[in-house]
Amino acid sequence: MVVRSWRHIKERYNLIGVICKNCGTVYFPPREICPKCRRKTKFEEIKLSGRGKVYTYSVVHVAPKDFEKQAPYVIAIIELEEGAKITGQIVDCKPEDVYIGMPVEAVFRRIKEDGDDGVITYGYKFRPIEN
Amino acid sequence: MVGIVGYGAYIPKYRIKVEEIARVWNKDPNAIKNGLLVYEKSVPSLDEDTATIAVEASKNALKRANIDPKDIGAVYVGSESHPYAVKPTATIVAEAIDATPELTAADLEFACKAGTAGIQMCMGLVESGLIKYGLAIGADTAQGAPGDALEYTAAAGGAAYIIGKSDVIAEFNGTYSYTTDTPDFWRREGKPYPRHGGRFTGEPAYFKHVINAAKGLMEKMGTKPEDYDYCVFHQPNGKFYIRVAKILGFKEEQYKVGLLTPYIGNTYSGAVPLGLSNILDNCDGGERILAVSYGSGAGSDAFDITVTDRINKVKDKAPKTAYYLERKEYIDYAIYAKFRRKIKM
Ligand SMILES: [Zn+2]
Repeated sequence: MVVRSWRHIKERYNLIGVICKNCGTVYFPPREICPKCRRKTKFEEIKLSGRGKVYTYSVVHVAPKDFEKQAPYVIAIIELEEGAKITGQIVDCKPEDVYIGMPVEAVFRRIKEDGDDGVITYGYKFRPIEN
Repeated sequence: MVGIVGYGAYIPKYRIKVEEIARVWNKDPNAIKNGLLVYEKSVPSLDEDTATIAVEASKNALKRANIDPKDIGAVYVGSESHPYAVKPTATIVAEAIDATPELTAADLEFACKAGTAGIQMCMGLVESGLIKYGLAIGADTAQGAPGDALEYTAAAGGAAYIIGKSDVIAEFNGTYSYTTDTPDFWRREGKPYPRHGGRFTGEPAYFKHVINAAKGLMEKMGTKPEDYDYCVFHQPNGKFYIRVAKILGFKEEQYKVGLLTPYIGNTYSGAVPLGLSNILDNCDGGERILAVSYGSGAGSDAFDITVTDRINKVKDKAPKTAYYLERKEYIDYAIYAKFRRKIKM
């Protein structure tokens, strides 16, 4: 658990994805091969802006064990400016105020903790862009 | 000259009013509001802590500084509420702003003045040429025991300062510290809430150190209160702040912009850094500022700062302190208790 979350710190803290230089498609999380280009894949790292729009969302009332205290909360698929779609929680916003197309930005938050004596996992969530 | 290259603030969105806390403990809210000059306080969400607040503030400071984060050679996070007892907050912040791996980092603790201690350390490292830029953050998610007087003020927030030599938005003319061993407030290892010396926290602690640091700095600089456009002091509550400003001879137009505690509570290590960021947001260049922190235990760091014209180019590049002051949603005591993990499950 500690090692698995540590290995993803760089991409999860800074939204580092990959862009295929052959077709221009952006992927997050990073993958090995561009499904469109296959052998012609030319990947480069790209730091994503974190800005995007709510593509679709769902309000979670019955949450998995690690997230029970946060329920009800909103899980959304965000379409980033760069085109990649990523899943994340929406914070600083009431579930009833979320809508499809809502402009959001990435924010650094606690994701979960391994009990009260384990490692705290940090990463991105999204909040409405207000200003 | 060493100065501030970028600065950034962050205050969590949630607030609880003094009336709501007083209702639960059957106390008179007006007596508390008039006694402390605190009306409401900020509350961090369940997924916010000193590390996330420090990251938000640092990202805002980077937006204003317009530097490559890899040029930051030191990250210091000052707080009395680090998420881990052992494991630095500063490494989380350094990674989240993409400043790693070539830098030094450490967490600092000195009650409410750990943030300004970090600024002084960065000043020394930059001045000596050991690093190009240093990042010092004061941030806290302070807790008071349920029903304790501190519960009305213990709040969350922080501000970050990038210290460097070129393109500064404010110059440090001088700094001066005043430190003694004074047990006015403490928290022992493994205990969730701090204890304090009640009335003892006033005269021999807060007032003695803030006044001596302010006077010591003004003597060193050859200045008088009227030489400053703004002043800001540590603010455990509004009452102490205004009293110390008046004792030192400052007027309301000098001290009011830096006073945020009545609306967000005492943000501990974040208090003077946040008050200073609100002042900087309101500057146009040429202003002179006196800033004095206070940390129980006890000590004060005083700074004499002159704002440069460059402030006009950067102040709108990140959300201002006023934005965070106005962005708020009120919660009741039950939600507050859940957010602050006061209910043990
Ligand atoms: Zn491709």
